[in-house]
Amino acid sequence: MGPYESDDSTTARRRKAARYVVPVAVVGVAAGTIGLVPALADSGSPDLPKITAEQLVQKIAESDVQRLSGTVKITTDLGLPDLGGLEGALGGAGAPGGEGDGSAADPSAKLTELATGTHTLRVAADGPDRQRLSVLEDAAEYSLIHNGKDVWGYDSASNEVFHGTADDAGQHTGESPATPKDFAEQALKAVDDTTSVTVDGTAQVAGRDAYKLLIEPRQSGSTVGAISIAVDAKTGLPLKFTLTPASGGAAVIDAGFTRISYARPDAATFDFTPPKGAKVTEESEAGRPVTPQEEKDLAKGLEETFGKGAAGSEGAKGAEGPEGMKVIGEGWTSVAVLGTGESIPGGIPGGDEVGGDLGGFLDSLGDRVKGDFGSGTVFKTRLINALITDDGTVYAGAVTKEALVKAAESER
Amino acid sequence: MSRAETGTPVARTPSPLWSLGLLRSELATTFRRWRTLALLGVLAAVPVLVGIAVKIETGDGSPAGGGGGGEGPAFIAQVTNNGLFLVFTALAATLPFFLPMAVGVVAGDAIAGEANAGTLRYLLVAPAGRTRLLLTKYATTMVFCLAATLVVALSALAVGALLFPLGDLTTISGTRIGFAEGLGRALLIALAVAASLTGIAALGLFVSTLTNSGIAAMATTVGLLITVQILDQIPQLDALHPYLFSHYWLSFADLMREPVLWDDLTRNLGLQALYAAVFGSAAWARFTAKDINA
Repeated sequence: MGPYESDDSTTARRRKAARYVVPVAVVGVAAGTIGLVPALADSGSPDLPKITAEQLVQKIAESDVQRLSGTVKITTDLGLPDLGGLEGALGGAGAPGGEGDGSAADPSAKLTELATGTHTLRVAADGPDRQRLSVLEDAAEYSLIHNGKDVWGYDSASNEVFHGTADDAGQHTGESPATPKDFAEQALKAVDDTTSVTVDGTAQVAGRDAYKLLIEPRQSGSTVGAISIAVDAKTGLPLKFTLTPASGGAAVIDAGFTRISYARPDAATFDFTPPKGAKVTEESEAGRPVTPQEEKDLAKGLEETFGKGAAGSEGAKGAEGPEGMKVIGEGWTSVAVLGTGESIPGGIPGGDEVGGDLGGFLDSLGDRVKGDFGSGTVFKTRLINALITDDGTVYAGAVTKEALVKAAESER
Repeated sequence: MSRAETGTPVARTPSPLWSLGLLRSELATTFRRWRTLALLGVLAAVPVLVGIAVKIETGDGSPAGGGGGGEGPAFIAQVTNNGLFLVFTALAATLPFFLPMAVGVVAGDAIAGEANAGTLRYLLVAPAGRTRLLLTKYATTMVFCLAATLVVALSALAVGALLFPLGDLTTISGTRIGFAEGLGRALLIALAVAASLTGIAALGLFVSTLTNSGIAAMATTVGLLITVQILDQIPQLDALHPYLFSHYWLSFADLMREPVLWDDLTRNLGLQALYAAVFGSAAWARFTAKDINA
């Protein structure tokens, strides 16, 4: 109250102090709401009819979702040092033909960025001919749009366009190698007798009821702890993919829908005309193989980045791998072997190849090991470990350092 | 609700028209000040400078932004192709500092400036009441937020139309929208930017009730603005970031996606409302209980 009313100063002071209760109460209510809302939104496990692991895997295989649109959040934490632009450069160089004068809208360079950190993606699909994938950035967006014969890449930050054609509509699947579905498919390929597959209750993902499929390697020596896949109970579409490492800690890969709709997306979503004044790079100008192939390479590149572990027995199909690649072991503990001079998956060149000061720097990133194979350097991430021997052979896999050394020794 | 307790028997409950009159006189006082006009002039000059710089840089046909992607303020690469993008670029360029600084000056001056000039007691003698006066001051500051944003947007639109072609535009998602819809989005963006400033306006008003020196209040508000912006850049304070008032400021760019991504926009609005509620009520608690000596 007014200052000149203070004949009873204690009461007046108390009344003044009482006013500050209001802002404090507002803070309290806000804190309570922030704390409670996620707890309420996480409405626990929905009641769904019991299902066996086989039935669930079957459900995924039979799933035929043609139309969807949604938002995917993908977090990857491979434990790589954050090299920022350098890493992007290395990743780009790892991709075939990446040394061509790069367009900022080039899919291969752009999608490699997904290999680290947290990204929000928007996906939309309408049948096999029309898909789009957008990587949301700060005040910018990278969109990859496939509509019929055309494949467009548009980078809004630099206003650059990449244009390619999908010759065989069938061949170009346009599937982005970043949705939970793609990861799930890779993981399911790995399912064999070295794997335990169970149904691990239910969950709600992006507002949909889902079963949780748990895939665990039975072999020791793998760096993969467990893979959890949330599968939409109605459509059989994998909604969330989580790969936790055997070493514990945060998930290495966590990709999940935060929003999904099975309605047909607006046709305009797939229309693209290069904006006026945008720099358009045709794929032929970029001096590289056609995009469908490139997309495959990309998928492969991501698999390689995300690990033979996620791909599992992918490694066992050595014939399909890059030429010169051999596979030791089987299942989750398979180790890929590459000869000298071949392109190295993951884009980490050996110190010897680079030579000089940079070579020494690269060596300092790894652990030196010795064995029957001579000596070499082990480069470690939370999922993939690679041993590069001094004679230039590369052993890589989602296995522990010890398993890697053992594999290298068995090779000699 | 508290009164100035002047003992005036009449007009215990002033009519709504009365407070409208108060608001009108406050607005007139604020917008007639040379200081306010100078602030708006500086804000209007920013798009002119950006526009001319882009025009000169791209005079030889090279794209803005260096082609490396992502340098400079958002949207700058598209400005040469469509003048409307200058609106977005100008807002992105002014939002981190120029706009909130101007708002901080006006908000910080609101109560402390009157106290400093010795006019606060005269305002309180009028049968408006302290709460009403405070609300009027806050409303005036909000009107200034909107006016400042619109000044930047309109100046940018004028410069963009003069120097660059206008027409259909491509959203950052790569889809096309017509020029009319583009203008609509620009207006929405201006509103989103103005709304982004309500948090710091409330903060400035609270600081303004703490002191009798207008300069001190302005300096504190602008200092807080800079501190918060720096804190928002420190990755170790990741857990704190969603609660800093400037954290979602650039979310206005999400209005240029197709479809619009509302997540961060709504988060921004919620956060600004929270700051307005907390610091608005703190300002009320302080101002209605304060001894007015000046």
